[in-house]
Amino acid sequence: MTSFVLDLKGVHTHIGAYHILHGVDLQVPAGQVTMLLGRNGAGKTTTLRTIMGLWPASKGTVHFKGRQIGGQGGKEDQLATPEIAQLGIAYVPESMGIFTDLTVQENMVLAARAARRAEELDTTRLEWIFGLFPALKKFWLFPAGKLSGGQKQMLAVARAIVEPRELLLIDEPSKGLAPSIINNLIDAFRQLKGQSTTLLLVEQNFQMAKVLGDRVAVMDNGRVVHAGSMAELTEDEALQHRLLGLSLGVHQ
Amino acid sequence: MNTTALPAVTTAAAAIPKADFDWKPIALLFGVLLAGWPLIGSSSTWVTLSVAGLAMGLIIFIIASGLTLIFGLMDVLNFGHGVFIALGAFVATSVMTGMADWSTADSVGRNLVAVFIAMLAAMLAAGVLGLAFERIIVRPVYGQHLKQILITMGGMIVGEELIKVIWGPQQIALPLPETLRGSFFFGEASIEKYRVLATGIGLIVFGLLLYALNRTKVGLLIRAGVQDREMVESLGYRIRRLFVGVFVAGSALAGLGGVMWGLYQQSVTPQIGAQVNVLIFIVIIIGGLGSTLGCFVGALLVGLMANYTGYLAPKVALFSNIGLMVAILLWRPQGLYPVTNR
Repeated sequence: MTSFVLDLKGVHTHIGAYHILHGVDLQVPAGQVTMLLGRNGAGKTTTLRTIMGLWPASKGTVHFKGRQIGGQGGKEDQLATPEIAQLGIAYVPESMGIFTDLTVQENMVLAARAARRAEELDTTRLEWIFGLFPALKKFWLFPAGKLSGGQKQMLAVARAIVEPRELLLIDEPSKGLAPSIINNLIDAFRQLKGQSTTLLLVEQNFQMAKVLGDRVAVMDNGRVVHAGSMAELTEDEALQHRLLGLSLGVHQ
Repeated sequence: MNTTALPAVTTAAAAIPKADFDWKPIALLFGVLLAGWPLIGSSSTWVTLSVAGLAMGLIIFIIASGLTLIFGLMDVLNFGHGVFIALGAFVATSVMTGMADWSTADSVGRNLVAVFIAMLAAMLAAGVLGLAFERIIVRPVYGQHLKQILITMGGMIVGEELIKVIWGPQQIALPLPETLRGSFFFGEASIEKYRVLATGIGLIVFGLLLYALNRTKVGLLIRAGVQDREMVESLGYRIRRLFVGVFVAGSALAGLGGVMWGLYQQSVTPQIGAQVNVLIFIVIIIGGLGSTLGCFVGALLVGLMANYTGYLAPKVALFSNIGLMVAILLWRPQGLYPVTNR
């Protein structure tokens, strides 16, 4: 059971009067890439925000490496967002959460909790990140607000990996990125996986999901309606059609 | 695919302008300064009024800087900020009276020591009150603007009454120490010595604040938190703790500003906080809520306008600050330096 880094059981989340998650069960195995798929409004983003404690679960439990970090059972069981992050979980929201008035460098210094100044950033790791996203090196001292949408997305992912983290939660990493950068991103995620980082990615781009995913969970109406290996879903066209037809229906 | 996409990144790079700074509000400040010259006519009077205006502006800045960060960081509208000003000023009257032989001595050094000790005591008292104010009054109403306005105003009234209990309801004199009275003369222009001191302290506080905000990690966190506090938390920082720190520091600065304002007026009343409150809200709205630089420029503008209009058209002076605010908001509805991402 503990081979799951992240384990959600029967998670319900309310936002104000709205009941968004209706009992999500989701297991994320260690050192693998799990893709969270589903149509818009299925609850993928809410699931990530619930894991981070930004929208706490009203029912059910969230465990990280066997320790309860969210859900029912009193206040001690629901950790605050900063505490959850400090356990080694990095989160990239769909809005990217870039500090636009700060420079690229300052954004990175903030993301690196161990660094007080730019000089204290891990240079080897930084060079690795610059290799993945060359634009960040180029605009290192620019206000992040001046970056293009794709560059902001790179910065958002770069912030999440500036220090080693055990689990990355990324909401639509490929959104707005040029294909070459998506390839860099896939490379980066594979290398991270090689460093035994666990990834949970929300993705609309099925091609990327197919290439990258080990596991897949498909959500609909605030529940996980399918969970299994990515290979199984890729091969089973009927299943694909049934699950992803849902999303096509909405997009059309 | 790879080959077509990569150049796109580099051309986008070339298109990005060099990091540009918005000089217009600062140009406006110099514009007001220069416009004052021909309007006032006499150069010496202009110098006197300008220095007085800048000194007043810097005192207002010291008071308002904390308030703008408190709003920026946690969206808290603190209408009780004035109570820290009043407390600071009253603590100073006690310290100055207690150190009478220092403050009335005919020695610049001794006088300055008395003033600085009064300032430190005021900052300490205002900071401690700030800690309690945040815990008891502000924390229960996070995210509820209307309640914040009501309860912080109520807090200020209670604070004002408590000050009356301790120091009495009358106006108390806060005379300047011996050697800080009088003026320097540059030709025809007279510049009050105290205004030079106030300008110096104001610039030091501004410098320290800029250093802290731009060169330290805590400052980085504050600037980031003003933009997107949820993301700061997601990166693993406790923004509540940061906010308490900013609230206390802001209260202490208001206490310091209270001492400076009291010395400027040479007297202190329990209503001093409520009087200055209106002015500092005008300043932070002009500056752009949450912006320190905007608060600085806004405070100097308000200080200059008050002194120029006070000389040129005393009747207009009563609403010159509101007029200034209206004019600036017509030009930039979000203030001089709007904080993005809010």
